[in-house]
Formats: sequence, C-alpha cells, structure tokens
Amino acid sequence: MRLTVNGTEHEVEVEPEMPLLWVLRDELNITGPKYGCGIAQCGACTVHVDGVAVRSCQLAIGDLAGGEVTTIEGLGQPESLHAVQQAWVEHQVAQCGYCQSGQIMQAASLLDFNPAPTDADIDAAMSGNLCRCGTYPRIRAAVKAAAQKLQGA
Amino acid sequence: MTPKTSRRSFLKGAAAAAGAALFIGARPDGALAASSSDAMLNPFVKIDSEGNVTAIIKHFEKGQGPATGLSTLIAEELGLRMDQIHYAFAPSNPQVYNNLLFGPFQGTGGSTAMANSFMQYRQAGAAARELLIKSAAEAWGVDPAGLSIEEGMVVGAGRSAPIGDFVAAAAQMEPPAEPRLKSPEEWRIIGNESTRRLDSVIKGNGKAKFAMDVHLDNQMVVVIARPEQRGAMATGFDDSAAKEVKGFINAAVLPNKAGVAVYAENTWAAIQAREALSVTWDTSAAETRSSDEIRAEIMAALDAEPEYNVLKKDHAETLAAIEGAAQVIEKTFYFPLLAHAPMEPLNCTIEQTAEGDIVLHDGAQMPTGPHMAFQQIFGLPAEKIHINTMLAGGSFGRRATPDADYQVEAALAFVMTDRSRPVKLVWTREDDLRSGYYRPAFGHKVRVGLSAEGEILGWDHRIAGQSIMKGTAFEAFAVHDGVDGSSVEGVSDTPYRVPGMFVGLTDTKKATSTLWWRSVGHTHTAYAMEVMMDLAAKAAGRDPVEFRLVHLAGGGADQARKAAVLKLAAEKAGWGKAQAGRHMGVAVHKSFGSYAAEVVEISGTAEDGFRIEKVTAAVDCGIPVNPDIIRAQMEGGIGYGIGHAMRDQITLAGGAVEQYNFPDYEPLRIGDIGAIEVHIVKSTEAPTGIGEPGTPPSAPALANAIAAASALTVADLPMVEHGVSFA
Repeated sequence: MRLTVNGTEHEVEVEPEMPLLWVLRDELNITGPKYGCGIAQCGACTVHVDGVAVRSCQLAIGDLAGGEVTTIEGLGQPESLHAVQQAWVEHQVAQCGYCQSGQIMQAASLLDFNPAPTDADIDAAMSGNLCRCGTYPRIRAAVKAAAQKLQGA
Repeated sequence: MTPKTSRRSFLKGAAAAAGAALFIGARPDGALAASSSDAMLNPFVKIDSEGNVTAIIKHFEKGQGPATGLSTLIAEELGLRMDQIHYAFAPSNPQVYNNLLFGPFQGTGGSTAMANSFMQYRQAGAAARELLIKSAAEAWGVDPAGLSIEEGMVVGAGRSAPIGDFVAAAAQMEPPAEPRLKSPEEWRIIGNESTRRLDSVIKGNGKAKFAMDVHLDNQMVVVIARPEQRGAMATGFDDSAAKEVKGFINAAVLPNKAGVAVYAENTWAAIQAREALSVTWDTSAAETRSSDEIRAEIMAALDAEPEYNVLKKDHAETLAAIEGAAQVIEKTFYFPLLAHAPMEPLNCTIEQTAEGDIVLHDGAQMPTGPHMAFQQIFGLPAEKIHINTMLAGGSFGRRATPDADYQVEAALAFVMTDRSRPVKLVWTREDDLRSGYYRPAFGHKVRVGLSAEGEILGWDHRIAGQSIMKGTAFEAFAVHDGVDGSSVEGVSDTPYRVPGMFVGLTDTKKATSTLWWRSVGHTHTAYAMEVMMDLAAKAAGRDPVEFRLVHLAGGGADQARKAAVLKLAAEKAGWGKAQAGRHMGVAVHKSFGSYAAEVVEISGTAEDGFRIEKVTAAVDCGIPVNPDIIRAQMEGGIGYGIGHAMRDQITLAGGAVEQYNFPDYEPLRIGDIGAIEVHIVKSTEAPTGIGEPGTPPSAPALANAIAAASALTVADLPMVEHGVSFA
C-alpha cells in the first residue's frame, strides 16, 4: 500500500483496516501524531489529509484514497516553524507536550478556514483536542497570535 | 547509520577522547567532585572543550518544568544564557541522583523537584565556575578574584576566552568544598520573567521523544488482557481467533496470573489480537463491591467514633463546645475515586544488551522503584540494569507507583520471551481508566460551632477513606501512630486559627489500588476546609475573605503568607465588585510548602448551567525560579482540579470499573474554562512546590462561587451528578 506523508511517498505492507495513526507511528516511525484514546475523543493523533484536520486513529489506511498526509513533522519547514508553531513557543503553551502536535495541527487547520477566529470559534474548533495539563488559556492566546501573524504576512 | 566524519569533527572526537571535559558531580559522601570523565563520576553538569554545557537532570520531565528549572540554576551560577545550556536526564542512581527529601531514593513527586535541588544544582554550577576561573587565572597568571564568566566566556584582567579552553585543567583540580553562590542581587536568570522552557521547540515540531515513541529494531509490542475485577487471576485462554490477526505473535499468562500478555509485531495488531482473545478468570479472590457499598462504608465510619485521634485532643471537649454554640453548621462531603489519565498512556520498553544488561526506556518518575524490582526479576546486580529516562506525557502521580506496577508488568512479559527482541508494553486508554490506580474515595463530616458573635468555638472534623500509604514501601515514611498523614494533610495542619479543633480519621477497606493524585490528600481536604469556611462565614454574617483573614491573624509566618496570597488574589480579582450576572467564590490553601489563593468567577444559573469566566490566582512558592513555569503550573493545576470536580468519577459495579474511555471520564475541555490570571508573590524564602499547589483551592473556589450564585452548596462530587450543570 502506498501513501504520501510530508511529501515523501512510502510503501507499507499492512492490512487496509490499520488506522493511519499506527501506520505512521509503527510502520514509518513518524511519531509526532500521538495515541491518546484510539476513539477520536482526544485529538492527540490529529494530522492533515489534503489540508484538512482528521483524527488519524479513525482513518483506516485503506480509506486514505491517495490523500496526502501532513503530520506535525511536515507542518513547518525544517529551519522555520509554521506561524502556529511559533506562536506556541512564544506563548509557552506546551507543558508535557504530548497533546500539542494534535493541538497545533488542529489550530493550523482552523486558521486555514477561519483566519480571524473569535474565542468562541477557537473553543468550538479546538474542543475535540484534550490537554490534561490544562494549557487551554494559552492555546487560545497562541491561536489568536498566530492568526494575527498570518494575516499580517 | 554511517556518520560522515569531517576533519574537524574527527579532531573534536579526538579531543573528547583525550578527556577534555569537565564534569562536576558528587562523591558518595556528598562532597562535590570534579572529573574529566563521567565514567568516574555521576555528574550534575558537564562542560566539554567546545564549551557545550549540559545540565544532568535528576528529575523526570512530565511538563512541570525541572529540565528547564534545574538548567536555570546551573546557567545562573555558570554565567550562561539559557540558550547556552542543554539538558540530559540522569541515569538511575539512588546514591547520587536521589531526591534529597526522599532519602536514598531517586524520584519525582510531592512537588519537590525544585525544593530539593535548589542548593544542590547551584552548588554544582558554582563549583564549575570557580574551577574554570581558577584554571583561567593560572593559565593567564592573574588573580582569580578579578575574573568572572559572562555568557560562556571567562573575562577579566583585560582578557577573555571561552570556558571550553579551561575544562581540561579544571578537571584536574579539587573543587571548593563550599563554592560561593551568587547572591539574589546578582541573579539574571533566576526569577527572570522572560526565561523560556528549553523543551518548547521540540514540543512544537514533533521532535520531542516520549517513551511511547521508542521504536527499537525488531521490537515486539505487548498489551495485557486484564480482568474486569481487581484481584481476578488468569487461568487460561483461547487464542484461536487472535491467530487470525496479522502481526499477532503469541500470548502467555503472566507469571503472577494478573493477566495475559499478547505479543504482536505492532501496536494495532496487539490491540486487535487482545480483542480476539478469550481469557478464563478465577474470580474467587476478586473485588466484588460496588461504589455504593464503598460509599456506605465511608459514611458509616463518619458517624462512628473515629479510629484515630489525629491531633490527640479531647473529642468530648470539642463536642461540648459545639453543643453549647449559638449556631452549628454541619456538612458531610463525599469524594469519589478518580483516575489520573495522563495524555500519554502508560508504557515502557525493555531490551537486553549483548552483554546481558537490561535497559528500560521509560518516562520514569521513580527510577529507583523499577531498578530495585528488576534486580529481583532478572537476578542481576544494580549496575547491570540501566534506565533511560524519556519525556513523560503527564503523570499527575500515576507513573509513581510504590510497586513499579507497569514496569514490572513489562519485565514479566519480557522474561517470558527468549529476550532476543525488545518488548514494548503499551497500555490503552481503556487499561488506564479501568485497571489502574486511583485517588481513593474519601468522606468528611464536619461540624462547626459558632458563638453569637460569629467566632468559631469548636470544629469537629472527621475523615474516612482508603489509605494511600499503608501497605506500601512508603508506609514507614508517611504513617505515624497509625495515621496516614496523606489522609489528613490540609486539615490537621491547617494554618487557620481554629479553636477547639478535633480531627478524627478512620481507614476504610481498599477497593482498588490507591495512589496519590495531583496534590494527594489536599484534593479532598482543601475542599472540605474551604467550603466549610464559606459556610461558617455566611452563618457569621461575614464576608468570606474577611472571615478567613480573621482566622489567619495569629501572627505566625504560615498565617501571614496564607493571608497575603488571599489578599492579593481578592484584590486582583476585584473581590466584592463582580459585575451583574457574575458571582465569585474564593479558596486559599497551603500545600507542599506553598500558598495558593484562587477566585473563581462564574456566570449563569443552576438551571441554565454555569460557565467559568475567569480564575484569578495568587501563589507564594518561595523564590520564583522560573516565573512563567510557575504561572503555567498554576494554570494547569487549576484546570485539573476544576475539571474533575465538575464531572469526573470512577465508579465500580460488582468490583468492575464502569468507565472505559474519555467519553465517560471526560476531562476539562477548552470551552469549559475562561481566562486564568496568576500573580506571584515576591519572596526570598527557599523555593517550595508548584506542580500541585494550584489544584487544591480550585474546586472549592468553584463550589463557593456556585453557592454564591445559587442555593447549592455542593458537598458531593462530581458536581454534575449533584444538581449542577455547566453551559
């Protein structure tokens, strides 16, 4: 089975039912997307497929249908972080950091569709991404900062 | 991997091989020592001839900040910028890397990482600084008193050179017994608001490696088929359906019969194969009680004379004072079992080296625990067992089990193999919620007698619940005269001036494995104390802040610091000036040596649902080493306390946990909480805890806000099960 992740094509020998999350993590050793619940209730596994945020724990590799996958590793350029990642660092969002790949991928997707989200927009778009460290107020601030940066750019 | 070797990197390697590095660590007697090789020394700081400085972090990093915090101490004393220091996690060694508050035991917990390291890491950094300066002074033939280290350069006497130039000579010197520590006036990094975490970038670009991300060549993944009821034993299994799962290797009953290990080529296959496995269980010794029975036992204990008289006071005297009071307030509280549910489910990986050594890759909160257990399981001496501490995706206490539960489980799964393949043990979220260790259920029954003038005359405080420490390796440390201190902390040692206070404790039977959960006993004691203080204030016709201040007016240092955070939080929150439709509640509590006050401001009604608009907090945790990390820990601690109080509980039916994953153990989500503002008290006291102290006051402050907005005083948690809804 073939798939494209972060612009690189890969060939994997797995059952079509295997979720994208486990293909990425166990077969390709791309470990930015995280396992947190396995049932799309925490968002730690969030990646982009053709630019849209999806829960990779619920997407069977057989259903990927040629979609191009972007993980946190492919969001920015090697030497320059994406505006959302920069805002995350500036606002010192991460504590343990385990959920943050998913948070950032979700936030980047939000800003693609809504360049100037309100607090309510952010709460709605980010409500599926759990953070047990409770970084939510900083996530809200960082999303807004990233939005401003992207609009100014 | 084929590394390319340039001439420059070859020379660099040759220099390193020649020993041009300075390590500062501790000798077995605790004295500082310098060495050119880490083979001779377990160091706290390493400086190579290129001037690269690495702080060796003896605590694990679960987000609470010690990797940055301990590096800050070294950087400060060594005259570095924060971007000039790197960190690495220390190996397991309970003699050198022990928590100074835990004895010969390496571990993180009780919010002690900064408190126990503050002097030790500064001394290590200062010793390195003095040796480098002495070495430079000798090389230059000048007086060391005129030299200093600024941003990685030795400067003075009209000269400057990188510190790396002096490490070889410094490594041959005897470090000063008492290096001079920089005074607070000299600090540039300690207390600096703009200091950033050293792990922010890797946690933003996916490069951070957690234990779950360990991927060793040829590794197998193991998940464990577990019983529904604690204590059930596996007697056999049928894996015929599991054999249909591609990637399934085999299954085997664990030597302790606690479950069946399912081995597979990858995580998905292991999970699928476990689902296909049919296990038979011997439930004759299994837990069969339900949550209702546990609650009934606790409630009955609260009505009987307590098993332990914690303060050794005359109970009859307290009862008489209350009988004679003008007003008596009484409230019975119940706190359910709670799971920790860190974002990264438990996991670890074990491999055997060609030399027969065992290596554990783990987000190891208490390395000494698995280190000792592995010596028995593998029959190896301590030096043949190595622990590679990885980043941990949260813990909240769960990774610190006195019996090293999940590491032992992985070791048992590993010893059943031929050891040619590494074994990675993975817990699913269902394992985490259903088969884990819990904050025990507790009940409090409190009766307070007030005089006609609103003065407290007597305070009868009875606590019943399941001891955390009894029956564990920590019993000798934490249990005195039968009293598990973690069951009563926050009540028996309250800084409030409470005349006629009696504290009674009754242990009830453990229904699950009990475990400390972010802020341990304070998770329930702060709630009972602070809700009672509000009820007493109301009965006395006094403002809740003013009433508390009256009872903190004894003049003790403890009381003064607690009063100061209370005043600060109230002032910053605009206490007493809530806008229309808003209500505020306050709570203040001391835990882990620190003082935290929180004002929760809510909107809404009990019928339509409340919304948490804002939390204003003040904290005094001694010298604030990394103010922004302190702020973050307060924010997180508040969210953790509030989220569980709102809607979480673990319940048992016939001994089996009823919750299975986040849908029915739903943590705080972003829309549940508004802004959090944290104010830090300036202090010259030694640093105290910050990972936990934010949690205890948060839930009672919310309860007090709800009481201010409605007729509800929530004494039963979680709130959503007892008449409260949230918008």
